[in-house]
Amino acid sequence: MSAPYAKLPAWVDYGLIPLINLVVAFAVAGLVVLAVGESPVRAASLLIQGAFGYGEGIGFTLYYATNFIFTGLAVAVAFHCGLFNIGGEGQAYVAGLGVALPVLWLDQIMPWYVVFPVAIAGSAIAGAAWAFIPGWLQAKRGSHVVITTIMFNFIASSLMVYVLVDVLKPAGSMAPQTRPFADGGQLPRLDWLLSSFGLDIGNAPFNLSFLLALLAAFVVWVVIWRTKLGYEIRTMGHSPRAARYAGIREDRIIIITMLMSGGLAGMMALNPIMGDQHQMQLDFVTGAGFVGIAVALMGRSHPVGIIPAAILFGMLYQGGAEISFEMPQISRDMITIIQGLVILFAGALENMFRPAITTFFATLGTARSADSAPAAE
Amino acid sequence: MDYFDTLIVILQSTIRVSVPLILAALAGLYSERSGIFDIGLEGKMLAAAFAGGAAASVTASALIGLAAAIFVSVCLALIHAFASITQRGNQIVSGVAINFIALGATVILGQAWFRQGGRTPQLGEGERFTTVELPFAAQLADVPVLGSIYANLLSGHFLLTYFAFAMVPLTWWVLYRTRFGLRLRAVGENPGAVDTAGISVTWMRYRAVICCGILCGIAGAYLSMAMTAGFVKGMTAGKGFIALAALIFAKWKPVNVMFACLLFGFLDAMSIRMQGNALPVIGEVPVQLMQALPYILTVILLAGFIGKAIPPKAGGTPYVKER
Amino acid sequence: MNDIAIELKGINKSFGLVQANKNINLTVRKGTIHGIIGENGAGKSTLMSILYGFYQADRGDIFIDGRKTVIKDPNAAIASGIGMVHQHFMLVENFTVLENVMLGAEESQILTAGISKARNELRRLEEEYELEVNPDAIIEELPVGLQQRVEILKALYRGAEILILDEPTGVLTPAEADHLFRILEQLKAEGKTILLITHKLREIMAVTDEVSVMRRGEMVATRPTAETSVEELAELMVGRRVLLRVDKGPASPGEVALSVEGLTVRDSRGVDMVKDVSFDVRAGEIVGIAGVAGNGQSELLQAITGIRRGVKGRVLLQGEPIQVTGEADPAELRRRGMAHVPEDRQHMGLVLKFDESENSILGYHGDPKYLNGVLLNTDAIRNDAIEKIEKYDIRPPNPRLKTANFSGGNQQKIVLAREIERDPAVLVIGQPTRGVDVGAIEFIHKRIIEMRDAGKAVLLVSVELDEIRSLADRVLVMFDGRIVGERSADATEGELGLLMAGVEDDREAAE
Repeated sequence: MSAPYAKLPAWVDYGLIPLINLVVAFAVAGLVVLAVGESPVRAASLLIQGAFGYGEGIGFTLYYATNFIFTGLAVAVAFHCGLFNIGGEGQAYVAGLGVALPVLWLDQIMPWYVVFPVAIAGSAIAGAAWAFIPGWLQAKRGSHVVITTIMFNFIASSLMVYVLVDVLKPAGSMAPQTRPFADGGQLPRLDWLLSSFGLDIGNAPFNLSFLLALLAAFVVWVVIWRTKLGYEIRTMGHSPRAARYAGIREDRIIIITMLMSGGLAGMMALNPIMGDQHQMQLDFVTGAGFVGIAVALMGRSHPVGIIPAAILFGMLYQGGAEISFEMPQISRDMITIIQGLVILFAGALENMFRPAITTFFATLGTARSADSAPAAE
Repeated sequence: MDYFDTLIVILQSTIRVSVPLILAALAGLYSERSGIFDIGLEGKMLAAAFAGGAAASVTASALIGLAAAIFVSVCLALIHAFASITQRGNQIVSGVAINFIALGATVILGQAWFRQGGRTPQLGEGERFTTVELPFAAQLADVPVLGSIYANLLSGHFLLTYFAFAMVPLTWWVLYRTRFGLRLRAVGENPGAVDTAGISVTWMRYRAVICCGILCGIAGAYLSMAMTAGFVKGMTAGKGFIALAALIFAKWKPVNVMFACLLFGFLDAMSIRMQGNALPVIGEVPVQLMQALPYILTVILLAGFIGKAIPPKAGGTPYVKER
Repeated sequence: MNDIAIELKGINKSFGLVQANKNINLTVRKGTIHGIIGENGAGKSTLMSILYGFYQADRGDIFIDGRKTVIKDPNAAIASGIGMVHQHFMLVENFTVLENVMLGAEESQILTAGISKARNELRRLEEEYELEVNPDAIIEELPVGLQQRVEILKALYRGAEILILDEPTGVLTPAEADHLFRILEQLKAEGKTILLITHKLREIMAVTDEVSVMRRGEMVATRPTAETSVEELAELMVGRRVLLRVDKGPASPGEVALSVEGLTVRDSRGVDMVKDVSFDVRAGEIVGIAGVAGNGQSELLQAITGIRRGVKGRVLLQGEPIQVTGEADPAELRRRGMAHVPEDRQHMGLVLKFDESENSILGYHGDPKYLNGVLLNTDAIRNDAIEKIEKYDIRPPNPRLKTANFSGGNQQKIVLAREIERDPAVLVIGQPTRGVDVGAIEFIHKRIIEMRDAGKAVLLVSVELDEIRSLADRVLVMFDGRIVGERSADATEGELGLLMAGVEDDREAAE
């Protein structure tokens, strides 16, 4: 038995340490800001002002957050099974077809509340389908799901370009995108929600899919922690041998988990396509699949952590747009760096500060000792 | 002999494209054989390409550019090493993080320093690498078959190209005929055996990861200073992942790595060649399919032939002393 | 001038809040075989790890040959002439014997120089100590007994004068163990000093000159072996009189509940680990399978319980066949009345990261009584767990506590409670008391006897011969994948030992 870390109170484990990891990630990002000759403090204040300072900003923040809730949930569900689904980007991209095709078929003849459920199903199915092959390969052939999902991201990219340019583009148009959707393909905005707080939504495309995302988070919680399926997924993720012992079919669980994961990533497509652009454009995913990784790690793969983490990244996207007006050196790519740093500190380096904190708490005397000695073999 | 000439051209292209793959895959070999998985080959190559292009442009020296490329790649490798070895973190997560950090930083710094939309300035003479002609290449070029092979296939490459191919037997020799290689392989299979023999597992793995960083740095330098004359945003375009796939396909053996990379390079060269040209029977193939072909093939390979290729036994698992 | 090889003074070592070594004093005379005995968790391995430089003591001094020595890493230990033969071999499995021996002592950067020197030296060592092994053989293809020889050769190659052996006989047949002891005697005759760490009393009596007893991190006694006894040592080890045998009445076997016919199981390397095994277990009896670890028992258990596929044969559970050569389903076996306490408690029988109540339904989590429609019925699960905690005296009695925080004995009780409370017709158990403290051992043994008396069929696999002889009504011995003999419970250790070493019965030859 080797437990290098003494027991810490739960709030430290799930609250303080992730917070510290986050602060360090941002501090390092601040250094990069310095390196390009700008003030991190001014950048930070622009960020917060842009994200939360006014109704439209909040609207945009929550609009972006919607994307990240879906993709974060997708990565988290896979993590619970011990799988690293890096393919959310491709799954969301292909899910665009699952949204666009039903909408293009129905938008002129049906109202949005009929089209929406069909599109939800379409996006989930398409996303799940794109995750199916990597899942199947891992389950049946042992091919590492990390490599296959990375490959499938690239394949999705090529596929969708082909589809948009050669198939779905209206004749006579140059732009690689579908025709604009009619009313039936447009989701209502949540302006009423913001105005109930006294905020004006302005131009923000904050729409109904946000509520769908919250619902999805709740459903994920119920499934993972309160159902038999979730129990089996978690068993598999903690110990494949125990799963085998318990009669859990490894291949079945892996495939189901990847399908769920892909489906969640796929639902992300609803937000930009039906909620904002009202058409399917090239690369509407804009990296949300990868942000989902950072969100899942920051949120410790739990919906209660994922939602705030998603809002944080939404804040970065919206505030980042604001910054790039005032500081042209700091483009959207800054967010990629922050994303990487969050993944680094919340993921790979998550225990870096633990020894220092453990010592701190030990001297404070609040570290609880386990009263029966942990098992020694 | 039109087909022969076409073949030569394709093979030239193959070699050109395979070089960064070989370097990156060998880099991954050192790391993974020691037990540290490395998904971050892409990020290191990209950062190195940027550093090389930037430094060469600023100092007007190709050698300094190369040194800068290696330096940056090694720095990123050390971050990965710190996270994976010292902090015993998840190695795949660390690799993914490094990829993103490199992706974002190269653009931000590139734009801030050069203001050309994320690229570095075009490299001129002396700032980049040039090709090398082997002796008598011009004279022998007209000799049927062999002359063409000598003049066009063996001669006329960058020094870095010859270096990359030379690294293959060198790596084989290091791995199987030196003490360093013996210990490297041991630490990837059973770090406990290495520890109890009085060898530092940590230092061994750090050295392996540094080797990985050096080779990735050279790979990146090749991209921005030999193959093209300057860094372009996102120029690795997934090559790091293809190198990783090649490494797995090659079952972590140096000579196999070379062949796997040549194969993938060949496919890439074919895809460029076939763009816009109709194939017999199939007709014209959409350009996007050709672009996706290496990735599709990698998946097929991973599914069919690799399946359960056995990685180094201690791979991906941080070393913790048993109590 | 000094005839003291090792002296430890006041060694203290803590890991967080657990004090593994408390003020240990130890004197080992040169040219002797000195035993260190104690239960799991007594601190013996930690002490040896300090001696070998894996850990540094918090306080205390080490004297080697009378000189105070700081051992900060294995290199320093090796330089002081200390060599270690680990319990779990520290060998690189896909290297050759030669490469393993050379590792760490390669002579130079280019290997070829070191290789010929290593070959010569190996040959010399092999001849001198009867440690023959082919230097070009690949480790993973060697039987375990030979692998251990390589471990010893490694230490001798580095010039060890002091040899530490940590639980060396766990993987050996009695005959191989005897051979090992002969080698140790030979080494002793050459003036080497040997530290033998073990929990097996009989070995201590057989081969050591002096024995030190550790208990709960402290050194409680040192005796010349000739002046002590198994009983005294057991009492010192545990701190109270120990019941070495469990009370049990005679068995009254009924119908055949589990029937294995011609079972063959192949491992991933294509080697048949179980070769054409057949036996029955009746209701109301305990059939024990004895044998040294690695003779196919694990594979046999896994095939019977649906975790691994067999290639040939049939298994009948209460008269009905179970899928043994195809896709087996442990869930179905449970439904049909088979319960399984696996050998690997921590990675198979439990999910350490789950809390106790979640583990108490592992494998039975689909049972409608734990479900509320499609959701888990957390109240029902918790109440069920609490009942089991009370009945089996699981401590601490907290169903919400993460299972990793329970001691080995309590973890095993969690598994046992789960499996026994299902009231199965057949109970399959592997290594029930490995890593379990003595108090829990008695409890577990009693429960197993109770199952048998309640008319259940029990199949027990254990590498501890004492446990088998104590519990089983019939003993089958497994060697090299085959059942090589069957005896009743009162067979002598000598008889069983012969079978475990592969000396087959004439009358069983027909199997």
